Amino acid sequence: MKSPLIEFIDVKKSFGNNHVMQGVNLSIYEDEITVIIGKSGSGKSVLLKHIIGLMNHDSGKVLFRGEEISSMSRKKRVEFKRNFSYMFQENALFDSMNIYDNIALPLTETSLFSKQEIKKKVEMRMEQLEIQGTSNKYPAQLSGGMKKRVALARALITEPAIVLFDEPTTGLDPVRKNGVHAMIKSYREMFGFTAVIVSHEIPHIFEIAQRVAMIEKGKIIFQGTSEEIMNCDLNDVRIFISGDGDFLE
Amino acid sequence: MITKSIENIGSWTIEMVERTGRIFIFLFTGLVHIFTLPLQIFKIIEHTWFIGTKSMVVIMLTGIFTGMVLGLQGYYTLIKFGSEGMLGSAVALTLIRELGPVLTAIMITARAGSAMAAEIGVMRISEQIDALETMNINPVRFIFSPRIVASVISFPLLTALFDVIGIVGGYITGSLMLGINGGIYIYRVSDSVVMADVTGGFVKSFVFAIVVTTVCCSQGYFTHLQTRGGFGAKGVSFSTTTAVVNSCVLILIFDYVITYLLL
Repeated sequence: MKSPLIEFIDVKKSFGNNHVMQGVNLSIYEDEITVIIGKSGSGKSVLLKHIIGLMNHDSGKVLFRGEEISSMSRKKRVEFKRNFSYMFQENALFDSMNIYDNIALPLTETSLFSKQEIKKKVEMRMEQLEIQGTSNKYPAQLSGGMKKRVALARALITEPAIVLFDEPTTGLDPVRKNGVHAMIKSYREMFGFTAVIVSHEIPHIFEIAQRVAMIEKGKIIFQGTSEEIMNCDLNDVRIFISGDGDFLE
Repeated sequence: MITKSIENIGSWTIEMVERTGRIFIFLFTGLVHIFTLPLQIFKIIEHTWFIGTKSMVVIMLTGIFTGMVLGLQGYYTLIKFGSEGMLGSAVALTLIRELGPVLTAIMITARAGSAMAAEIGVMRISEQIDALETMNINPVRFIFSPRIVASVISFPLLTALFDVIGIVGGYITGSLMLGINGGIYIYRVSDSVVMADVTGGFVKSFVFAIVVTTVCCSQGYFTHLQTRGGFGAKGVSFSTTTAVVNSCVLILIFDYVITYLLL
């Protein structure tokens, strides 16, 4: 049996009286696309931020290849973080930097590549993501779809093993949403990374997911394949997927 | 009622200790990362241009009018004692010892400090700082360290500019407008100012540079942790206002402390 790449064991996290995670148990496997679904405010983004250490849990364990992330030494944590890239919901591009500098940033700041090597890598990613010609533009001058591609280019520039996507299709029209899904799928095949996607795009997101997890009331109430979730008998899952209004009540 | 009051005092104290601790750790981390390789030379130049070069006009304007007012007030005060010839000394010493460093720091706070707080605050709420962390880039090193070096370079230079322009302002009113002998004015300036005055002024501007940059950058950086001013754009606006007010108050407090220690 495959051992999980990332594992949540009884993870709890609260913000004051708001108990966002109340014992989350979740397994994420290598070379797969894992999609996390759930209502708005159910803690999906918080869960994602725990993986990369942007937030610390109150109790429980988050394991990476069987090792607890919070007990890693500083040096090991830096190495651990090198495996990851994070694509933010609102892209988090640097407004005051042009597109080239935005994409090149992870390389210029943390590595010892020469300027020529960085230029070559950035141009290659820009070409692969079809955003050539935008080098000197600023994020504010691009459309939503283009910004997503720039954010993806920045996320992939370090050739990460794992990419975390926080609602990558927020604010996009249906055509562009499908475009982003197709883009994630094809680039995952091209670059071979493990993807964890937080998404609301049901059922379209199931087309690219190998594994789906649903978070509800601070717990993972379902984990399985896309087919399994579509045929799931659990009331909360069934209602959420069908988008039944009663669920809100 | 009494329990509630004690509870409030306790939570306020804890909050203040936490906040102060956070700012000191922020400052310490920023100072340490100035020297970590690779050195951020281009960023330091860029911020020096923003904090220093772009503040020159406003510093020159404030400097000239401050000097002119000092010349005017000084003349009408000194003439009562028949000592208008001492105007050069009065203007130069007031500017070099006190007004130069203080007004320069306040003007830079208004122009560049507020911009730093707002820019970093926006970076915080738009997750740009989180993005840096996910890229394994130390945000304090990236955001704060180059700014503190740029401020330490800019503040003393702008203070010197303010002092010189202010002395020229005093000359314009005292000599050109009110008729004091120009030679006497210049002689009094060079005769009364000693190196200790200049050094004292520079010590002040150096301290103000660290205070202003730390307060403004930390207010922006920790925008998400403040709850009093609201969240999002309102939070950034609150942080910016707090940064400017706190910087100005701290400039005056530190001015008194340094003056007391130097005298």
